[in-house]
Amino acid sequence: MKTIRFTELEGRSPGFFALMAILIAIIGAGIVSALMMHGQGHHITGMTNRIVWGTPHVFAVFLIVAASGALNIASIASVFGRTVYKPLSPLSMVLSVTILVGGLAVLILDLGNPEHLLDVPLTQFLYNSMPSRWTRSVFGWNFILYTGFIFVVGIYLWFSLVPQYKKFSKAASIFAFVWRLALTTGTGLIFGFLVAREAYDAAILAPMFVVYSFAYGLAIFSLVLIPTYIWTGRELGDVIVNRLKSLLGIFVAASLYFVIVLNLTNFYSAAKGEGIQSFLLFGDNSYSSAFWIGQILIGSILPLAIAFYPKLKARGALLTAAAMVVVGGLSQMYVTIIGGQAYPMDMFPGKTVESITNDGGIAAYSPTIYEVLLGLAGIGITIFLVVFAMNVLRILPESLADKDVDPHHSA
Amino acid sequence: MSRKTNQSEGKINQYRRNFLARTTAIAGMTVAPGVILNSVAQAKPVDQPASNKNRWGLLIDANKCSSGCNSCVTACHEENGVTGFGNPETDAQWIRKVKLTDKQTQKVQTIPLMCQHCEHPPCVDVCPTNASMKREDGVVLVDKHACIGCRYCMMACPYGARSFLHEPTTEQKYPRGQGTVESCTLCVHRIDDPNGPRNPACVEACNAEGHKAMWFGDLKDPNSEITKRLKEYGGVQIRADLGLNTGVRYQNLS
Amino acid sequence: MLLRKIIFILAVTAFLPLSAHADSLLPELPKAKKNYNDQTKCVEPVEVMRKSHMDFIMHQRDDTLRKGIRTKQHSLKECIDCHNAPGKDLKVASANDSEHFCSTCHVYTAVQIDCFKCHADKPENTQYRHKITSQAFKQHKFAAQNLNPKTLQLLATEKEGHK
Ligand code: SF4
Ligand code: SF4
Ligand code: SF4
Repeated sequence: MKTIRFTELEGRSPGFFALMAILIAIIGAGIVSALMMHGQGHHITGMTNRIVWGTPHVFAVFLIVAASGALNIASIASVFGRTVYKPLSPLSMVLSVTILVGGLAVLILDLGNPEHLLDVPLTQFLYNSMPSRWTRSVFGWNFILYTGFIFVVGIYLWFSLVPQYKKFSKAASIFAFVWRLALTTGTGLIFGFLVAREAYDAAILAPMFVVYSFAYGLAIFSLVLIPTYIWTGRELGDVIVNRLKSLLGIFVAASLYFVIVLNLTNFYSAAKGEGIQSFLLFGDNSYSSAFWIGQILIGSILPLAIAFYPKLKARGALLTAAAMVVVGGLSQMYVTIIGGQAYPMDMFPGKTVESITNDGGIAAYSPTIYEVLLGLAGIGITIFLVVFAMNVLRILPESLADKDVDPHHSA
Repeated sequence: MSRKTNQSEGKINQYRRNFLARTTAIAGMTVAPGVILNSVAQAKPVDQPASNKNRWGLLIDANKCSSGCNSCVTACHEENGVTGFGNPETDAQWIRKVKLTDKQTQKVQTIPLMCQHCEHPPCVDVCPTNASMKREDGVVLVDKHACIGCRYCMMACPYGARSFLHEPTTEQKYPRGQGTVESCTLCVHRIDDPNGPRNPACVEACNAEGHKAMWFGDLKDPNSEITKRLKEYGGVQIRADLGLNTGVRYQNLS
Repeated sequence: MLLRKIIFILAVTAFLPLSAHADSLLPELPKAKKNYNDQTKCVEPVEVMRKSHMDFIMHQRDDTLRKGIRTKQHSLKECIDCHNAPGKDLKVASANDSEHFCSTCHVYTAVQIDCFKCHADKPENTQYRHKITSQAFKQHKFAAQNLNPKTLQLLATEKEGHK
């Protein structure tokens, strides 16, 4: 195999500056929204005392879950020895970090009192991160998992970019792979620990997030990779694109399988089947449409069809499928996070409940523009950072043409 | 339902046994004479920290709670300076009246619902900054100096007992501020009264209205009215299945 | 905290040479209601308070909130009661006014105060404070409309008894 040459992007074209300007505008709009929430209070959002986590969290959790998935390309290349993906590894590592940063930024900007993060509680964070608290504070380990992820992937990237450390990169890749599984599990457990809420079941949510993460991460990865190669005029052959496309198909199929099993199991348990399950799936509400149209149709069935329908042009097909998976992923988070809160908690079994806070009823929620802008800013931050990284680090192969990727390939 | 009730009764029994065991242990400690307001308990000197010799709690009799009455709510919000903006979805609700209709029997009851001051509070478990905390005497509070407003505690609380402050606050009586979470404090400023613990505003209002559906007291003091009543008539926890050992108990909830 | 301190010290040093010549630029502090005692005047010697009041308050806040220790010496509420007492005209400054005791210096040194985001910036039981039937309370949807007069009476007197 030819050695792959990695170079940074030029980053001087008008197109590049236009892209950066747009991204900065998106990020700026998000920050302004956050400042407004901060100045006027969260009442300008659609979030309430019943729907305490809203659209920003849909984006943030989606990004955090996708972050670990974006590392998959690198893991597949080194942990599982698929050398075809090797040229894509550095981008995969960098992207996974920038997605995580984007997601965390949204979480932090949404806080009611982010400045308190700087003030007192670092000691408390550390206290919460101590092993003795691990059975309790799931946020404690997530604090370690998130910062650690950035650190671990950073080292992995360093080992694989610097020739004399190459020999360690295999070990680092395995470590990073285990770490990413832990990270997604931890994110799932943030919800899994909410014992009082029927919608969140620890045993199911954590592995489910791991399965979803594969598809979400790969989708974002494809959405970054293809435009980059098109706009920079670098060669991108069909071999690699087709590989990614089938891989995405497999991941989507796995997620879909999981969703079906999960929902059937839930229907099997009678109480859940009648209650929250039929509410989310068959209720007359936005959650059931988000589930069927967003998650199942756009997020699963259509991308599956596109991925495995051979006659489509490879790049266009991958791009479309990936965009659909992202829409599906956001829908899934919407159903899980917001739908899960909208359904009333079962405090008094066998009784109908009425109160000023609508304890027994479905909580209403309609997101406002501020929330959406803040969520989009997370994606903006992700892209901005990865484009920036592509300009300063040598992480992109000069060519991904078929002959460079796969020497046995005969054109 | 029956499973839940059995479980909770088991807990209460255990609870009672604990009280009995302690009775002998602290029998020497008698309540000082002349303590104000149905001799709730001994005064804590202001320079002393709250101690785990006490555990403050409430007992609420669902049969005595009057369905048309909202006095506890009004009194609580007045006492603590909890003002709203006319939007029940985003306004703070430290305590709320809940109307329950049994699906089988159609029996209607109302009860006040506030923070249950759990012994094992999920809100404290999940809080990333330790802003949610439990005092030694069992009162669960939010330390707003540390609260970052992430609302994870609100996700975790099984009773919807907490509120996020969606608007800037002014004219506070007790500290409360935009972007932080708050909930019933069990009127902790009254518990710490240098002249001895006083009934919380909600209990006081309920008594003043003549319904006398609420009792406040020390669950660890075998001589307090609340423990005696619990011992005699029992009392259930809401969502006893979660094993949180709440400090707020209900009677005649059926 | 450290950062704030540094900013504070920088700000003070920056103004020192200036203030030596132009005393009139220095903030004018409203008089306290009374002396804590004759030697120290304030709850700690005045110089100590000027430099370290935030440490006392910070320490006290954790003791009070987390442990229930309610001594008055370093309590923010007492600071406010004494230093921001109503004037003869019964007017009380709010933290946004530059005449507010805390704001005088904090505006001068450009150090932001977070306290009053949550804490009352005015003493208890002064004219400003809404009574149970005041406008502020009516805003609340649980307005006292159907409270028994006895309860109202009780709540009102309760409040007076607070001090
Ligand atoms: S009732 Fe809710 S807020 Fe109160 S202690 Fe229990 S979990 Fe925390
Ligand atoms: S909102 Fe505040 S009290 Fe609640 S979990 Fe977050 S930091 Fe803790
Ligand atoms: S104990 Fe105090 S804070 Fe809690 S509900 Fe009653 S009045 Fe409100």
